[in-house]
Amino acid sequence: MTPPLEPDDEAYRPRLIRSYTLTAGRTATSVDLAMEATLRLQAGAEAPVLSPSAAQVLEVCDRRSVAEVSALTKMPIGVTRVLLGDLIEQGLVRIQATITDKTSTDERLELIERTLRGLRNY
Amino acid sequence: MDFETTKAQRAAASTKIVIAGGFGVGKSTLVGAVSEIDPLRTEALVTNESEGVDDLAAVPTKATTTVAMDFGRLTLAEDLVLYLFGTPGQRRFWFMWDDLCRGAIGAIVLVDVARLDESFSPLDYFESKGIPFIVAVNEFDGVPRYPVDEIAAALALPPEVPIISLDARDREQAKGALVKITEYSLMRLRESLTANVN
Repeated sequence: MTPPLEPDDEAYRPRLIRSYTLTAGRTATSVDLAMEATLRLQAGAEAPVLSPSAAQVLEVCDRRSVAEVSALTKMPIGVTRVLLGDLIEQGLVRIQATITDKTSTDERLELIERTLRGLRNY
Repeated sequence: MDFETTKAQRAAASTKIVIAGGFGVGKSTLVGAVSEIDPLRTEALVTNESEGVDDLAAVPTKATTTVAMDFGRLTLAEDLVLYLFGTPGQRRFWFMWDDLCRGAIGAIVLVDVARLDESFSPLDYFESKGIPFIVAVNEFDGVPRYPVDEIAAALALPPEVPIISLDARDREQAKGALVKITEYSLMRLRESLTANVN
């Protein structure tokens, strides 16, 4: 793969990417996966035969975020989401809670307070 | 499924703060100053013909380009990780900000006083989305220092928006900016609760 273009690189050029062949052409997943959502291997789950890319995602995802899995596997974020969505639907991986539109104000407050405590002691 | 999910399991395990600002203003520097890992990079695919469309909707066979985003990680507690995401600076990649900002505690808009105009659009974005943000003036060596209230006036900041100056390379100062946005976000949330009660 060619190196990624810098976020601010004005001289980027279009290129053909076949990354979605890794997902059999699918570009979306039914599972809502925030960039920062933490993934956990589902204890006791027995892995079926997986594609090499799915196996790679499964191997690195435990206790890491969606963004970290994308960075470590060098797969684009959209591809990573599709593969993770499959693993979640297969019951191999679960996601831990993040703030979403459905998060209650109390939960939101609790999280921000925990973050503030953590940052002050960081 | 396990229906006896404990409160600890339901509680959020990760959250994020977005670092925005113009090109070369020090976003990656700030992330690197506080991150416990070397900042990582994730890529998203963008189709050239349909800017403004989410990368997930990109048609696989269409010519695409990639945009890279750098991010860092801070483990704040055994059960809580904070991620810092730098936004892609170029305006054409702004549609990705919605993805980055969804569920964020808030944003830090880094400002270079020599190029204040580059901050206008990020400020407009966070204001229009109702995302709590603070402004942090990155003081590069040799750059004349202006009082922050003058900069706030030049940026036409709403009076309630906190503005600080910092050296983005300095861990403690970068951490201070994270504390500031988190405090501000918390205050805004508490205010909204009070407003709803009255």
